[in-house]
Amino acid sequence: MAENNNKSNYPKNLWSGLLFGIGLVAFIDEAVFHQLLHWHHFYDKSTTGIGLVSDGFFHAFSWFATVGSLFMLADLPRRGGWLPMRWFGGLLLGAGGFQLYDGTIQHKLMGLHQIRYDVNIVPYDMVWYITSVLMIIIGIALLARSKGKSSQVGVTTNHAPK
Amino acid sequence: MHLNNHIHDGSEMEFHGLSVQLILSVPFFIALVIYLYAAILSKRRKRSWRSYRIVMWITGIFCALAAIIGPLATRSHSDFTAHMLGHLLLGMLAPLLLVLASPMTLILRTLDVKHARTLSHILKSNPLRLINHPLTASFLNVGGLWLLYTTSLYQTMEQNELVQIAVHLHVFLAGYLFTSAFIYADPNPHRTGYIYRSCVLIIALACHGILSKYIYAHPPMGVPIDQAKTGGLIMYYGGDVIDLILITILCYQWFKGTRPRMNEAISIK
Repeated sequence: MAENNNKSNYPKNLWSGLLFGIGLVAFIDEAVFHQLLHWHHFYDKSTTGIGLVSDGFFHAFSWFATVGSLFMLADLPRRGGWLPMRWFGGLLLGAGGFQLYDGTIQHKLMGLHQIRYDVNIVPYDMVWYITSVLMIIIGIALLARSKGKSSQVGVTTNHAPK
Repeated sequence: MHLNNHIHDGSEMEFHGLSVQLILSVPFFIALVIYLYAAILSKRRKRSWRSYRIVMWITGIFCALAAIIGPLATRSHSDFTAHMLGHLLLGMLAPLLLVLASPMTLILRTLDVKHARTLSHILKSNPLRLINHPLTASFLNVGGLWLLYTTSLYQTMEQNELVQIAVHLHVFLAGYLFTSAFIYADPNPHRTGYIYRSCVLIIALACHGILSKYIYAHPPMGVPIDQAKTGGLIMYYGGDVIDLILITILCYQWFKGTRPRMNEAISIK
């Protein structure tokens, strides 16, 4: 029964981490690149209509995801079902996935804005892509490990409200 | 009707502006008096009314009044930035504060049984159910803003006082409907699920953000480009701040509403 309870918390941990990862990247993007460094532009003349719509939806979604995922996180311990490794795996997967989407589809395909202006953009893009792919790989690895780990010792590690 | 107001000399314009301001502010003063009277009545009947709610109501009324009467309202005719600041107060912050003051709960407990029953009957009626539904309320609220800023309506409003009164009333009422459709501080006979409300809210917020960026790049008719840019930025970031409060309250209501019971038989997602 205890193992069942742990399994039923898999998706909640994954989703909470995933959504928080998306929200975190979007927040860092806004705070660091838009506000502090002024590298990104609020609106770029090459922005397409679809880019504007995509950005609007992702912004609203990530804004909601940050708050919602933290409430989901607060909900997990009171049900005795927080699995930190699974949560962090979800976080990295969400963060990497969103950064990759932002860097490829939104920046390049929809021409939303570039990472930085009046510089050679290639190294910036490369750093952007490599960090996002790394986050996705580590995220997936953590998710896989958390599944293996908790099915081995699942009976002893759960349903103990701390 | 006073079309082409701008051609008239300054003093006459100011006079007309003042009459619009007075007409618009009367309902808010009445709402303030009724609420305070009801709160006193409730206390006199030994049914306490939380004072933070009274503070919310007073602050909300003053936010709305700041947008429709006084220096900000006067400036908003010539300055799009001031106009946008006013709309943020009238259409977003004031409704949020007023909804949190739970006015319907207060009125229902103050009225005698017969009148309270009539009022709750009206609140349960189908027309109110329709316009207070998250989808319709979002459409009325954000759709109205799209209409205002992407058509010639904004320019018409600047020249026609009746249109101006109608637009301001719409912005406020649609803002109130919108807020009360997502966060429940009053008894709501037509509740919708948390996930459903969250999805609709995301769509509504996205459309609000997209419109702010659209205004930034494409000024409404008769608005200089630099004013449209600051106006768009205010709408985008100011909207984000108030949306954050709205989202937090919605999620907190979910968090409280889905508290696990000691003997949990059903799992709530």
